[in-house]
Amino acid sequence: MKDSIIKVLRLIGLGFLEPLVRLCVGEQPQKNAVLFVKKAIFPLVSILTFLVIWGMGAQSLYDKDANARIEKARSEQGEAAAVEMQKCIESGDVSCQPNTLPSPAKVWAAYKTLLADHWTISEKKEEFAKKTAKINAKRAEKGEAPIKYTGRPSFVDQIQTSLKTVFAGFLLAALIAIPVGIIIGLSTTLRTSINWFIQILKPVSPVVWLLLVFMIVKTLLSESDSDKSFMISFISVGLCAMWATLVNTSMGVATVDKDFVNVAKVLKLNVFQNIFKVVLPSSLPMIFTGLRITLSVAWMVLIAIELLAQSPGLGSFVWEEFQNGANDSNAKIIVAMFVIGMIGFGLDRIMATIQKFMSFNKADVA
Amino acid sequence: MEVLDKELVQKKSKASLPEIDTRPDMLKIEDLAKVYPTPKGDYTVLSDLQLSVKQSEFISIIGHSGCGKSTLLTMIAGLNDISAGKIKVDGEQIHGAGPDRAVVFQSPSLFPWLTALENVLIGVKQVFPHGSKQEKLDICKYYLDKVGLGNDFNKKALELSQGMQQRVGIARAFALKPKVLLLDEPFGMLDSLTRGELQDVLLEVWQKEKITAIAITHDVDESIFLADRVIMMTSGPFAKIGDELVIPYERPRVRKEILEHPDYYDYRGYLMNFLNH
Repeated sequence: MKDSIIKVLRLIGLGFLEPLVRLCVGEQPQKNAVLFVKKAIFPLVSILTFLVIWGMGAQSLYDKDANARIEKARSEQGEAAAVEMQKCIESGDVSCQPNTLPSPAKVWAAYKTLLADHWTISEKKEEFAKKTAKINAKRAEKGEAPIKYTGRPSFVDQIQTSLKTVFAGFLLAALIAIPVGIIIGLSTTLRTSINWFIQILKPVSPVVWLLLVFMIVKTLLSESDSDKSFMISFISVGLCAMWATLVNTSMGVATVDKDFVNVAKVLKLNVFQNIFKVVLPSSLPMIFTGLRITLSVAWMVLIAIELLAQSPGLGSFVWEEFQNGANDSNAKIIVAMFVIGMIGFGLDRIMATIQKFMSFNKADVA
Repeated sequence: MEVLDKELVQKKSKASLPEIDTRPDMLKIEDLAKVYPTPKGDYTVLSDLQLSVKQSEFISIIGHSGCGKSTLLTMIAGLNDISAGKIKVDGEQIHGAGPDRAVVFQSPSLFPWLTALENVLIGVKQVFPHGSKQEKLDICKYYLDKVGLGNDFNKKALELSQGMQQRVGIARAFALKPKVLLLDEPFGMLDSLTRGELQDVLLEVWQKEKITAIAITHDVDESIFLADRVIMMTSGPFAKIGDELVIPYERPRVRKEILEHPDYYDYRGYLMNFLNH
């Protein structure tokens, strides 16, 4: 029981809870208590310290902005206006709040607002679905498209859209990068002839990829009514993120252990056997390392691309909030930042777990 | 230290052998040379090398490290290009590598993503493409059993110790039913206890199959214990065969008997003498 819990914890990257589990079953209490403090309590303390520093920083920025507003009122409209402004700020009135880095408390509040907003929107959707159920059934009989809910998406909807886009982009990257990587890994001639191309395209900024994809997709899909913005963003994400997998795959294939190559030669394996029985299995760890990097890059550029392409998702959420400039917009942006970070972390853990399964020496993967 | 009488040792070693060996040549190497081009000009590793090995003969090749003995073996295996000369196996010139010349590499070189059984099977499938699945499995299991891995068929190669992995390497080579078995310092990476065990295992399997075998080694005792004939290579560049010594011990061999044999230290001294000059 204990061992299997620890195994699972390690597998999903929560290895720091191991001493706690051991402590619970009363194994070496002293040693495990110390370990638990080291592995779990210390990081917790560091998070708390971070929150305190953030809170203090936010407070001082708030004060600075408040003072600036009061001073401005004083210099432009005189003493009475300054007192008025101070009162206004202290009362918490929306119209005169300093617009700066929000405190942790405000961010937490914004998080709860977003969640509440999600529930109301879900309810609305359900209502809408009930209302339109009959009409949609009729429309389906006639062969017409059903009426869809077109209201504002909630924050959680945005997250789902972003995840969908990133996975589509990731799949596209894998589908292009792995086969191409294998082919150029196998042939030195091809590798040297394509290498300059890869080296030049690899550092190109996501923004430029987006524009390039935009040019092409816009022309290709000018007739069709499919979701253009989704197409543009996932293709751009795929193109930006595929390089790590491409380079890693070709490296892995090109550097297959010389002994394995010799064994393959002695056994007279043909080209396909060689690729599928020797080259691919032996470069799988490298390929999955590449895929892990690709997924994290994909998630990182996705936000920027959504922000620029105005396609729905977390990126456009951030941008809209920034443009919106409501009282809690800044706090919502910070919420989005944490959500983006945590999802990125989660995706990386998933890939690390898969990577562990794929690697021959399980201890090597961090 | 008494002075070694070389001629006497040679005479003694050949005393019990028949005048003429009627077995056909399985491997014949004529005027073999290997030249590596370097920026400073050509570097000749081997030159003018002649060697023939009879069918069912076990020879070992001994020499200093870097003398080109591994180069020679990889050339026979077909993994290394021939610069000049000929290598014939069973009367036919070799072209590239092939399962008729199975190699046991210094590092076990098992595919880590396969089990012990699958590692042997991948070779057997190549050599007996028309056999039934069961026949192929039986061949694999037979050899794995022979090398002492009867209970570890389904262990992943990485879960096995170095010694166990090399046992699988030996099984994989024998299972190919090669014409010539090439052993490239097969026990070089093992500790001396495991090394002894594996030498016994190797000879035990070999005893049944009597495949023509060539073992590269730099261990004098190993070369005597394994081989019918020890080939001594001169140090490179321009390495060639310097001398050879017949080891007339009866097979199957028992380590203890050989070590206690009155002539053992003469043979050993003869080889050491060659290597030290």
